[in-house]
Amino acid sequence: MPKYNFQLNGRSVSIESWDPAQPLLYVLRNSLGLHGAKFGCGLAQCGACAVLIDGKAQRSCVFPVRQAAGRAVSTLEGLGTPEKPGVVQAAFVAQQAAQCGYCTNGMIMAAKSLLNQTPRPTLDQVKQGLAGNLCRCGTHTRIVQAVMLAAKA
Amino acid sequence: MNNISRRDLLRAGGAVVVSFALGSPKRAAAQASGAGVDIRKPLDPHEVDSFLAVHTDGSVTLYTSHVDVGVGLRIAMRQMAAEELGIPVERIAMVEGDTALTPDHGGTGGSTGIPRGGVDVRQAAATARQALLKLGAVQLQRPAAELTIVDGQVRPLAGGEGADIGKLIGDRRFGLKVDSKASLQDPARYAVVGKPLLRPDVPEKCTGKHVYVQDYSLPGMLHGRVIRPPAIGAKLLSVDEGSIRAIPDVRVVRIENFLGVVAPDEWAAVRAARELKATWSEWQGLPGNDGLERFIREGAVDRHQDLVSRGDPAAALSTTDKQFSATYEWPLQSHASLGPSCAVADVRVDGTTVWTSTQGTHGLRANLSKIFGIPVDKLRVIYLDGSGSYGGNGNDDAAADAVLLSKAAGKPVRVQWMRHDEHGWDPKGPAQLLDLRGGVDAEGRIVAWETEMWLPTSTPGNRPILGVDAAGIAQAHGQGAGQISQNGDPPYAAPNVRVTVHWTKETPLRISNLRAPGKIANSFAVESFTDELASAAGIDPVAFRLKGLTDPRAIEVIQRAADMIGWQARPSPSPSVASAQGNLLTGRGFSYVRYKQAENYVAMAMEVTVERTTGKINVQRVTCAHDCGLVINPDSLRNQIEGSIVQTLSRALHEEVKFDRSRVTSIDWASYPILTFPEMPAIEVALIDRPTLPPLGAGEASTAPVAAALGNAVFDATGLRLRAIPFTPARVKAGLMRS
Repeated sequence: MPKYNFQLNGRSVSIESWDPAQPLLYVLRNSLGLHGAKFGCGLAQCGACAVLIDGKAQRSCVFPVRQAAGRAVSTLEGLGTPEKPGVVQAAFVAQQAAQCGYCTNGMIMAAKSLLNQTPRPTLDQVKQGLAGNLCRCGTHTRIVQAVMLAAKA
Repeated sequence: MNNISRRDLLRAGGAVVVSFALGSPKRAAAQASGAGVDIRKPLDPHEVDSFLAVHTDGSVTLYTSHVDVGVGLRIAMRQMAAEELGIPVERIAMVEGDTALTPDHGGTGGSTGIPRGGVDVRQAAATARQALLKLGAVQLQRPAAELTIVDGQVRPLAGGEGADIGKLIGDRRFGLKVDSKASLQDPARYAVVGKPLLRPDVPEKCTGKHVYVQDYSLPGMLHGRVIRPPAIGAKLLSVDEGSIRAIPDVRVVRIENFLGVVAPDEWAAVRAARELKATWSEWQGLPGNDGLERFIREGAVDRHQDLVSRGDPAAALSTTDKQFSATYEWPLQSHASLGPSCAVADVRVDGTTVWTSTQGTHGLRANLSKIFGIPVDKLRVIYLDGSGSYGGNGNDDAAADAVLLSKAAGKPVRVQWMRHDEHGWDPKGPAQLLDLRGGVDAEGRIVAWETEMWLPTSTPGNRPILGVDAAGIAQAHGQGAGQISQNGDPPYAAPNVRVTVHWTKETPLRISNLRAPGKIANSFAVESFTDELASAAGIDPVAFRLKGLTDPRAIEVIQRAADMIGWQARPSPSPSVASAQGNLLTGRGFSYVRYKQAENYVAMAMEVTVERTTGKINVQRVTCAHDCGLVINPDSLRNQIEGSIVQTLSRALHEEVKFDRSRVTSIDWASYPILTFPEMPAIEVALIDRPTLPPLGAGEASTAPVAAALGNAVFDATGLRLRAIPFTPARVKAGLMRS
């Protein structure tokens, strides 16, 4: 089986995939045991599967594993832990910006991506930055507040 | 910590043997052998030990059939128990929805998590408290009346040496019935209830450590996908297994019209399900969206029911100066869970275990037991968090899919639906149609009111499970969507009122409970029509409502919501409508509900702008005053209210399940859009706490006034009355062009 090498949360990994078109999401979840990224639609419409590739949020449900080769992939797990959360994660906890939490991965990754490019966003920039991420529980106000809080940190 | 954590139980899987006398979870897990479940813990919901165990180290485990689908029950229930037991919430673990471990005191839904689930646990904890005080009295040689429990210790009220509750009872059973008269802590002294404590699951949810059912796996597990027919009633004619030969290690499972694939590799299963060639028969049994109103109005009626019959509205209407009538429509809507339904099943000869995010583990067990002929004591259903479900989404169907595939494959199988499965096949919230008639007198009082509703009737038995029907296995074909006929009458003084339901036999698509079932549409109609009457009477909408109310709790929420938005008294529509020249029209709307006629008081005000050229509605601000009796956790409650508002705005602005003669055609987020971040309004919530009153549920009530407040605001801004959901730009624009 073909092998693909990439950086994952700061470490080199090498994984096999029978199909070079296999979306990175399945590789992360099933081969690498990282469950932060979630399957939401498989159509790049909702954002639940987002990961950072070279610092930018990408939809891993449609991102072929072959394209990950040689690149730096960060997942939600790479940003922090419950005991030592990253800045965005800590802001989400502080604002209790989750209900079911299924979209939370995508929200945090999109926020991270936004803050990488726009460290001090306006409220409108945050809303626009999250425009492609769906939340069904309606936690929008808290998610936006959490991103604004993270931007101040 | 020596308590049995949820994670340990999960790790132990279907083979867990929990020994409560021994306590150690690791040991319990190590004892696991075979699929036999040897649980000696009581499950009778009349027993204290069914609900809680106090461990030797002073930690406590709570057991409940009510599950936290993201609503904050996990912290609120801990707070209610902690208050009675005199221990910090951090020392409490919870086991939710496990048929082998939790008493069945109701499934999750109808906003019963607190008023039933939490209250039951609280009463068990209050009973345990009395027992602990008695044990402490013996140990400390003082009368129980002179003792209290603080920080996990029974202590004299006057101070002095105490005794740890863990030492007093330490993993032994209380052996007591829950005492419904066991006294509860005095609300004036609450130390834990009423505090905005942080939910324990949020840090794990934010770091990828939280175990959802979608994340659960077992050794040797296969991944399954089910291929649904291209038309709802189509029969499977043939399958070409050669079409997926290039995909490794896939097995096709065909049971009559049930078609699935299993594979060790998930992506292989996904591709196989997508690429497998199958031929299905034609079927065109649906009315299609366009024919829906006729389908409902002209369909066969099972029975007519008068819900309210007061005075003589027909006679009163005929003598009223001003009579009005209007028809309101609510479409079929999807739960549209962000993550598609998922389940893991392990079917073995000596017992079956199902991991699922169903809202009713015990109900699902009973149903699966009947369907598959597995005795209930050989079938264990374990809840794991899933994507928010808001009622009966595809979870129960996915559980049956997993059972069918595991049985066929002889291995544990995880089934996750694809996006088109969830949007296409989840049972839907029903379509609703309401005709209203009303009249006001010269002083602007409601003198007569009639509501006629067309609602799908409930029939006994479980909702049919998709895979089970497809596989040709006999099952019940019940129908129901919850208490959908409530809130059809105005919550205001009116001498002549009739509310009639025409319970229709048929519904085009399978239905189930969808958050605040029925009441969102009913309240939309009633509160919009109230606004129509107020406008016709030339009276300010808030003043019009207050005129018909005497209950101080109702009046308080209405005044609070109005004050928060800076409500200026004047009739609707806005006087600026006639003169407005620009593209942007501005207005405000109001709505009020007494949820289920006897529960929460909720009032809501909303400010909107409407773009004349596009018909797009922008919701600027929402204020909500909410009275649900005793508040357990104000922050978690706010989260629920904010979520209810945003989700219902989404339903009101965007959502309608589309279908043609054969199938649902709104099968992704492009064809079934929901509200996005740029559309989110500013939301202000006022909580009115009633510490001496019982706590009511709060997962639903604040959804009910949303659509009417929105429609009333659009009317105020434009003079256009919207009576059909969703308020899409096209519909608004067409309405504005007409008027």
